[in-house]
Amino acid sequence: MTSTPAPDKHGMLEALTARVVDGEGRASRTARRAAFDNTETTEPSRTLIGKVARHPTTVADHDITAARDAGLSEDQIFELVVCAAVGQSARQYQAALSALSATDDEG
Amino acid sequence: MRPEILNNGYGFGAKALFAIVRIVSRRSLPDAAKLTFYRPDFYGSPAKEFTHQAMRGPSAWSVGERELMAAYVSKQNESPFCVGAHTSTAAQALGDEPMVAGVLSDLDTAPIAEPLRATLRMLGKLTREHTVDADDMRELRSQGVTRAQIEDALAVCFAFNVTNRLADAFDFSMLTPAGFDSGAAVLLKRGYH
Repeated sequence: MTSTPAPDKHGMLEALTARVVDGEGRASRTARRAAFDNTETTEPSRTLIGKVARHPTTVADHDITAARDAGLSEDQIFELVVCAAVGQSARQYQAALSALSATDDEG
Repeated sequence: MRPEILNNGYGFGAKALFAIVRIVSRRSLPDAAKLTFYRPDFYGSPAKEFTHQAMRGPSAWSVGERELMAAYVSKQNESPFCVGAHTSTAAQALGDEPMVAGVLSDLDTAPIAEPLRATLRMLGKLTREHTVDADDMRELRSQGVTRAQIEDALAVCFAFNVTNRLADAFDFSMLTPAGFDSGAAVLLKRGYH
């Protein structure tokens, strides 16, 4: 009897990351990459993305309004927020996997 | 939710589904589920598939233990919607509401097995401090937690670090306790996809 291998969660995570950053979108790939990496330098996107990545409970209506007033569409805001959330979470995941790998050769 | 397009920007099929859910369950679809129908090709579909595998796919951790991890990570992020949703789901799955409450209020004294306690402790540090080191992993392995179990726990942690951030940024509406219990029953019956 053969069993079906379990789907590769790591590969699925990589695919999710690639989709939101590099796939089709309304925001530019450059802007989505900056949101994912939390390296945006232009306000008000910098503040919104930084809050999503590091202090998500502090995101407020005025952060969304400021992004819209600066010319971003609501679809672009949606994409940048998703990229910021996925990016920070992926960095944490990778940091933990690296720490885990560092113990692989120990008894 | 905010921005407004997450309330009214859905296609005909999604709107019809939302209406059916409202009629059948007499409750609106929770925002966490609704969001996955907004331009699902961008985020919702791949995110649902990943989360379903992390929470319901093959693992040495039980469904209840993984739901407890989801609740614990959400508690560290102080994300009230997800704390409510996954506290209820963990309690139903494990059949032990006081134990789940104990884990969320004081992990050190909660009545759980040491490998699970050590794993939750590592997930808490990763969530609060954004990183962990090799000593944290050595501690887990000294408790008998396998590499596969650690990887599975990290997948749960990733899924809820994303979802907690989206819940806060998009301002998911809170549910009543009965609403969270109802949603938990659906998550245990149907999973995340």
